[in-house]
Amino acid sequence: MTLPATAAPPAAAPETTPVATSTSAGPELVQLLTPEGERVSHPDYDVDLTDDEYRALYRDLVLVRRIDVEATALQRQGELGIWAALLGQEAAQVGSGRAMRAQDFAFPTYREHGVAWCRGVDPLKLLGLFRGASNGGWDPQEKRFNLYTIVIGSQTLHATGYAMGIVKDGAVGSDDGEAAIAYFGDGASSQGDVNEAFVWASVYNAPVVFFCQNNQWGISTPTDHQTRIPLYLRAQGFGFPGVRVDGNDVLASYAVTRKALDDARNGQGPTLIEAFTYRMGAHTTSDDPTRYRLASELEAWKLKDPLERMRSFLYKQQLVDADFFGQLDADADALAARIRKGCLEMPDPDPLSMFDDVYDEITPLLEQQRATYEAYLSGFAGEGHS
Amino acid sequence: MTSLTIAKALNEGLRAAMERDPKVLLMGEDIGKLGGVFRVTDGLQKDFGEDRVFDTPLAESGIIGTAIGLALRGYRPVCEIQFDGFIYPAYDQIVSQLAKIHARSKGSVKMPVTIRVPFGGGIGAVEHHSESPEAYFAHTAGLKVVACSNPLDAHFMIQQAIASDDPVMFFEPKRRYWEKAEVDVTASPGPLWQARVVREGTDATLIAYGPMVRTCLDAATAAEQDGRSLEVVDLRSLSPLDYPTVFASVRRTRRAVVVHEAPSFVGMGAEIAARLSEELYYEMEAPVLRVTGFDTPYPPSRLEEDFLPDLDRVLHAVDRSMGY
Repeated sequence: MTLPATAAPPAAAPETTPVATSTSAGPELVQLLTPEGERVSHPDYDVDLTDDEYRALYRDLVLVRRIDVEATALQRQGELGIWAALLGQEAAQVGSGRAMRAQDFAFPTYREHGVAWCRGVDPLKLLGLFRGASNGGWDPQEKRFNLYTIVIGSQTLHATGYAMGIVKDGAVGSDDGEAAIAYFGDGASSQGDVNEAFVWASVYNAPVVFFCQNNQWGISTPTDHQTRIPLYLRAQGFGFPGVRVDGNDVLASYAVTRKALDDARNGQGPTLIEAFTYRMGAHTTSDDPTRYRLASELEAWKLKDPLERMRSFLYKQQLVDADFFGQLDADADALAARIRKGCLEMPDPDPLSMFDDVYDEITPLLEQQRATYEAYLSGFAGEGHS
Repeated sequence: MTSLTIAKALNEGLRAAMERDPKVLLMGEDIGKLGGVFRVTDGLQKDFGEDRVFDTPLAESGIIGTAIGLALRGYRPVCEIQFDGFIYPAYDQIVSQLAKIHARSKGSVKMPVTIRVPFGGGIGAVEHHSESPEAYFAHTAGLKVVACSNPLDAHFMIQQAIASDDPVMFFEPKRRYWEKAEVDVTASPGPLWQARVVREGTDATLIAYGPMVRTCLDAATAAEQDGRSLEVVDLRSLSPLDYPTVFASVRRTRRAVVVHEAPSFVGMGAEIAARLSEELYYEMEAPVLRVTGFDTPYPPSRLEEDFLPDLDRVLHAVDRSMGY
């Protein structure tokens, strides 16, 4: 076959922004604290915290990591079925979690242990979930923290619908307004639901903040398999602002989230925040990251550890002394001991409780099944099978 | 008494629900100015405003996902899925999310979401516009599933579904939307989850719901001319399923034929047949038979009359049942 003389030359490959590598976030990154613990300024974002508040943020980081370490150990000892570690993502979660006001509502994935901590959810409730004692564990309305959502990205639509309700209630448009925040990850950014949530939030101008922790890995799949552009730039295509923040910088994570939530509550609609961070551990305790990523990458990220930089900052600013760290370590150990004890003592649920609450109004079918199973169980009375 | 089509009866029912409870919202594709492709929401946006009756972007998962968020916020969303075959993009949000939230939260979060689905064939439509997906949802714990078959039920069942604090899949027989009947809107309806004997008979029981109720009633009328007396039970609720009414009818007639448009394999008929055999093993004269759509994809519409159960296929099954 011959080409006609007028055939156009092959189209040039479209120019694309280079794919972000897992260790380089690019110049657009909002940072207020360098990995060395130096305080730096940013033209659009700042925090003005008291000394106590700086110390409190560091305390949160340490306690959250301690919970995570203890939970991982409990899984290794067979007390939890699985655990999804947040190691490395403490600053993104504590920064954004503390940026929420009391009236705001968070919609987590299954790894938001740091946000749960900020919303006052007892870590034991998280352990109950991963132990298999519960599929929920807390009252979402009371904590203003929804139940963990395991199917990737589904919760972004729930957050958006909730935010639409905020608008319908007229609870938006002032500093007292409310906002929702949806957590998800780089993997979820490929999901239809996340993209639908972006559409809905945009066209309804819903007061919702999309907080994407880009931890570089969706189990074994790197972020460059999810996107050819930095994730925060996707917001532009949906018609709302996007910003990339250093997710290992608790101060920047706090500042950026605070502004996005305040913009939302004031009626300015959604923001996408891409918190650039790193999953320092495995996807879950069932995963083996040595099969798919280089040890050197982890070593590079260890130099950006979210706790170390805040610790350096506190030292350099002379906000703390040795007693502070000693007391904090003791508190962390006490917390770990409490949740370990609580986990070991946690009873299995009553078998018949599985029939409870399937419906608000139970069905005859379930009543019958419960009664039949109860009678069946009672046949084993005295045989050690309750 | 007012003469209403099913579509209009639903419209009036939605209106009554919205007047009763300011938290009731209607959401879906093209339900506002257009009034929905079947006009079920006709005029409601004009009367209740764009805040309560709103067109959504075109994405079904988004409709149900945001309805869940609105319910968490205290609203009572009524979602319209434009056609049965378009519900699958929302499947995760319905089955994995909506259905489980009440149980996961130990009852602290209620999900009073109603999902309206025009379902079934018979209108000569292109692919994906004639399906009967009800069994997928009846199989899912946490959902309730109902199907109306006539204007009176349409009017009251939609209000009862909306008032339920459980999520309800509400199936509407699209080919019957324009059938009319007298509706006493001041009547007090019975329980939503109750089946109803819509025609009494003595020789066999036809068990149906949605669009097949009319088919079975016509079959019973035809059978009468042959001296055969058929009882027709309209299930109305598929989950929960009102077994006492079904058992009582079959206990009288000793024969049962289940009729639905959905394919037979692992369908509603299979469940009903299994339960009847457990309950009435020694009392039935014949095995429970099923008249259903075939276990094929819904065919091109030129073939749908072959696919869909009709009066003759129902009577043929009755003949087989009587032959035992």
